[in-house]
Amino acid sequence: MRDVHVSAIADAVKKLCMEANWNLEPDMLRAFDRALGTERSAAGRQVLQILKDNAQLAATRRIPYCQDTGMVVCFVELGQDVHVTGGGLVDAINEGVGQGYREGYLRASVVRSPFDRVNTGDNTPAVIHVDVVPGATLRIMIMAKGGGCENRSKYKMLTPAEGLPGVKDFIIECVKTAGPDACPPLVLGVGIGGTFEKSAILSKKALFRELGSPNPDPALDALEHELLDRANGLGIGPQGYGGDTTSFGIHLLTYPCHITSLPVAVTIECHAHRHKEVTL
Amino acid sequence: MSVRVAPDGIKDVTTPLDDEDVASLRAGDRVRISGVLYTARDAAHGRLLPLIEQGQPLPFDVRGQIIYYTGPSPARPGDVVGSIGPTTASRMDRFTPALLRLGLKGTIGKGYRGAAVKDALREHRAVYFGAIGGAGAVLSRHVKALAVIAYEDLGTEAIRRLEVEGFPAIVINDCHGGDLYQDGQKAYAREGA
Ligand code: SF4
Repeated sequence: MRDVHVSAIADAVKKLCMEANWNLEPDMLRAFDRALGTERSAAGRQVLQILKDNAQLAATRRIPYCQDTGMVVCFVELGQDVHVTGGGLVDAINEGVGQGYREGYLRASVVRSPFDRVNTGDNTPAVIHVDVVPGATLRIMIMAKGGGCENRSKYKMLTPAEGLPGVKDFIIECVKTAGPDACPPLVLGVGIGGTFEKSAILSKKALFRELGSPNPDPALDALEHELLDRANGLGIGPQGYGGDTTSFGIHLLTYPCHITSLPVAVTIECHAHRHKEVTL
Repeated sequence: MSVRVAPDGIKDVTTPLDDEDVASLRAGDRVRISGVLYTARDAAHGRLLPLIEQGQPLPFDVRGQIIYYTGPSPARPGDVVGSIGPTTASRMDRFTPALLRLGLKGTIGKGYRGAAVKDALREHRAVYFGAIGGAGAVLSRHVKALAVIAYEDLGTEAIRRLEVEGFPAIVINDCHGGDLYQDGQKAYAREGA
């Protein structure tokens, strides 16, 4: 057994929240550069250039890249030989989120109830998914998930007969309906298979893969490229002003499913794809 | 006349706007806005609408003005404002025609507007500008002064009066039926995609 104190967890989460919001990860910055080389639309290139400048300004001034600093989605891989001491894991994560958002001048964007809509003031609570895995380390991955793009996320239960063509069409349909509302260039996380909730969780988890890295499954990798090409042929472009860069990447994760089912969940993520992780 | 074409081809827009100014703006025009913007988003609009319905005065006179759909992040000490980019405009669609009827001349946001808003832009001579969603750090540099003027309890959703200089935007929907999203996407869509 290895002891990890809750204060170390809270501290790590606090830093992840601030860093993720101030500094866009290198995989996103590389995506801007790649797109600047291929985008034909002048308006589109201009948007991409301003977003690159925005990333730089945010990093140097330590202000958020986007004013919507998101709701925190947190995936934890808890080694089964780790013993969390001094309190609860979930409380520690939320403590870190609260500290990070207060001290990092990040926006409080969470309301305590979907109905009375009173702001909690420190962006807590986070949405937390915990997997128990072999080992004695604790891996914490966080995403500051923007609301404008999240609102365009979609779920559909297809029939097995609709199959792969149906899945492809649904994903492209999601890009179309997201359009300029979700701040393209978009990143898509897609969960296919499992059950209703499993596919939705996979669609979030898929977003943590480094942008531009291949899908470990060659068949899925080919499918991702095919879908990305189709999405970028829609003409939506950066901010929807028209262009070739509608999406930076489409990440797929699959899971076995029931003989009757073909669930597909698509999480729409914007160019403010703020993700960061640490292993304790 | 508060719209002038600068040597770089960008239109310099100074608030407030009148019908003539609005008519001179066309979908796809790049603009730099200087003057005053009022911020309001979901919660503030939710409070404005009942006032309009009851014929009560609003916290600010909307005639000739521009509403910016945004909820800024908190300012660091010494800064005027934190990050301040646009939010999705369509969530305000149900409130916008009533404000345009009162003489509001412009809104700034991101994303599609519904048919009722586009009709109201034509009928009441007003314009919908897009600001770059997610460019909140860059956009904050154009805000020179900020004051909360109503609904402070709403936090980031309070109504703020901003003084802006050269705030960059683009005309998405003009008062002639022009629509940058439609035109732009048509120009780059591939056959069969
Ligand atoms: S969709 Fe993303 S970039 Fe756009 S406002 Fe929301 S968080 Fe920011």
